[in-house]
Amino acid sequence: MVRIEEHKHLTENKPIEQAVLPARVVIPLLQHLGKTLDRVLVKPQDHVRRGECLATSDKGVFAPVHASISGTVSQIADFPHPVSGFCRAIEIEGDGKDEALDTMKPRTSDEVARLTAAELRAIVFESGIVGLGGATFPAHIKLAPAKPIEDFIVNGAECEPYLTADNRLLIEKSREIVDGIKLVARIIQPKNISIAIENNKPQAIRCMREAVKSLGWRVVVLKTAYPQGGEKQVIKSCLRREVPSGKLPFDIGVLVHNVGTVVAIAEAVYLRKPLYERVMTVSGACLENPKNLLVRLGTLVEDLLKQCGPMTREPKRIIMGGPMMGIAQFTPQTPVIKGTSGILALDEAEEKEQEESFCVRCGACVENCPIGLNPGLIALAIAKGRLDLAESYGIMDCIECGLCAYVCPGRRHIVQAIKAAKLKIRKQQNK
Amino acid sequence: MADKLFVAHAPHMHKTESIAGIMWRVNLALIPSGLVALFIFGPAALWVMASGVLAAVGTEAFIQKARGQKVTVSDGSAFMTGLLVAYNLPAHCPIWVAAAGSIFAIAIAKQAFGGLGRNIFNPALAGRAFLVAAWPKYMTTFTKPFVYDAVTQATPLSLIKEGKASGMVDLGLSYWDLFIGNRGGSLGEVCILALLLGGVYLLCRGIITWHTPVSFIATVAVFMWAFGSPEGLFRGDALFQILSGGLVLGAVFMATDYVTSPVTKKGQVIFGICCGLLTGVIRRWGGYPEGVCYSILVMNAAAPLIDRFVQKRRYGVA
Ligand code: SF4
Ligand code: SF4
Repeated sequence: MVRIEEHKHLTENKPIEQAVLPARVVIPLLQHLGKTLDRVLVKPQDHVRRGECLATSDKGVFAPVHASISGTVSQIADFPHPVSGFCRAIEIEGDGKDEALDTMKPRTSDEVARLTAAELRAIVFESGIVGLGGATFPAHIKLAPAKPIEDFIVNGAECEPYLTADNRLLIEKSREIVDGIKLVARIIQPKNISIAIENNKPQAIRCMREAVKSLGWRVVVLKTAYPQGGEKQVIKSCLRREVPSGKLPFDIGVLVHNVGTVVAIAEAVYLRKPLYERVMTVSGACLENPKNLLVRLGTLVEDLLKQCGPMTREPKRIIMGGPMMGIAQFTPQTPVIKGTSGILALDEAEEKEQEESFCVRCGACVENCPIGLNPGLIALAIAKGRLDLAESYGIMDCIECGLCAYVCPGRRHIVQAIKAAKLKIRKQQNK
Repeated sequence: MADKLFVAHAPHMHKTESIAGIMWRVNLALIPSGLVALFIFGPAALWVMASGVLAAVGTEAFIQKARGQKVTVSDGSAFMTGLLVAYNLPAHCPIWVAAAGSIFAIAIAKQAFGGLGRNIFNPALAGRAFLVAAWPKYMTTFTKPFVYDAVTQATPLSLIKEGKASGMVDLGLSYWDLFIGNRGGSLGEVCILALLLGGVYLLCRGIITWHTPVSFIATVAVFMWAFGSPEGLFRGDALFQILSGGLVLGAVFMATDYVTSPVTKKGQVIFGICCGLLTGVIRRWGGYPEGVCYSILVMNAAAPLIDRFVQKRRYGVA
């Protein structure tokens, strides 16, 4: 792990703003880790209201999606998708009224108090909540662990450069975060609760300390280093324990949720509000006014960039997510989805692509890999077609944080090769 | 905007350090020693350095051209090899000797293995070893400092080895003389002060870490203190051993060569200690007065082995 350029000053002190209501949204049927939704509940020309469930499925790993504005379903077709190129999606032409579903009425605290764990879990599921840190694993599944959970960690590390959405949530929504944590705690009954925040967010640390004062939870201040917010890292830094290779956190009795997810759970339960909007950072050197925006899902990237303009220069790359793990977009017409933590408009200077040279064995990748791998060696094995060797070097434990490629003076495409090789290995295993 | 967007895989951000940047910084760090060599040995040193560098750069460019590869001499690594070859030579050796050393270093020790990153041995040291084998006479005739003429003077280490002197008093030298370079020796190794200046710069820029140089030098010091004196155990002159010969040049600039040393910090400490032990054994009991070059070369060959057995602990693996 290492401290890298942060670029967070661009937005870290900017309060969350509500983004302009989009005139049109595109809601992809895949916004979670799992399978594409196969039961579409609307058809073209249907009128929908905000909060209405648009598509779901019957079994498997998935989370339903909901309308983020009111209007008319104009078509169900393939649209650009931020992660997978193209994906089936529901397009809604807004009517500008932003009517909400009648059922979206807040629950009273009595009503909330009476909900059982199973009912809470059902609400999380129906609200379509996924891990908002970027992993987008359906939250209700994580809330039904096969083993008892001892430690619940709320992850507010936010180690990706530029991104400040979680920082703002910690500052502005500490009450909702506390509510959300209490709800999760009712479902999984953990012994200990920790809130992890990197020490480059002093205001967030103060706010959370204040909010949890009498509750007996720990606010754990972590050293600022990338990738401190990775699930495995945050567990190690908070608990001094490690997730064994090939296992999941719940195997050692740990559950980690991102702060955004916890807020979404609180809103789903208290406000009966499904996940149709989220906070994201829109930033980068090309934007005159970078911001933290509360954005309706399905809003197109170009609409959001306009709100943070004017452009100081033409962006050469648009990244969805952070610069270390985010995905470069081939068009500004992609919609934002549940996992979108930020949009970056970067120019060439920030983005110079350099030719790959040979490994000089400088050891920088080895020194910095948070998993203790030898990334340079793994990449060489992959280049030789020796996936078996790569496996014996521990490639499957790689968390794809990209730090190896970031530090490599030879600009070697290490993590890129590793990701492709992991896919290949998984395919072979499934055969 | 849409048709001009650049799409590549993450990460979309890079540390600014490049291989060329690192190499040129090392060259920069070597400059003080070169300047001091001019001062100590006169213009002859300049010709040796120029010929070493030109031959190295020329050979690399020629081979890459001939193979139809991209010519990468601008990355500074051939320049560095040439300069280091020259630093390992007596200031008054014929300039063709420097050129021959550089040509061997680049053509055989580097390019024949596939170029930068694939060589097993430090090219400059391989070049030096070649010269010692091929033209031992030129390699062992050292000149007196501050005379600017080919008046020969043996190095302190060889005087001791040959039994012509047993310590600082016999040599008529002070530690200060050794520290600032007032002694016979290879042109780039004599001034410890200048070498340390470069070394500290590299440390501050994060290009090298303390692991290899410190473990190397400390091992030589302890070893020679313990076994260095024929008069018995623990009577050796550790400081003299550190300041003489090519130990500092080797430990700071050559044992730290990325390509030919281990990648982990732990591995580098082991590497440094082994280099130190070998140097000590050669200096004390071997056939040569100096052992830095050969110990590093031997350990270069062992570096892959060290990497194999000394790995970082993996997360989540018991
Ligand atoms: S090998 Fe994987 S875990 Fe290690 S630095 Fe590279 S991307 Fe991160
Ligand atoms: S950082 Fe790059 S050059 Fe250095 S060892 Fe790793 S792969 Fe090789």
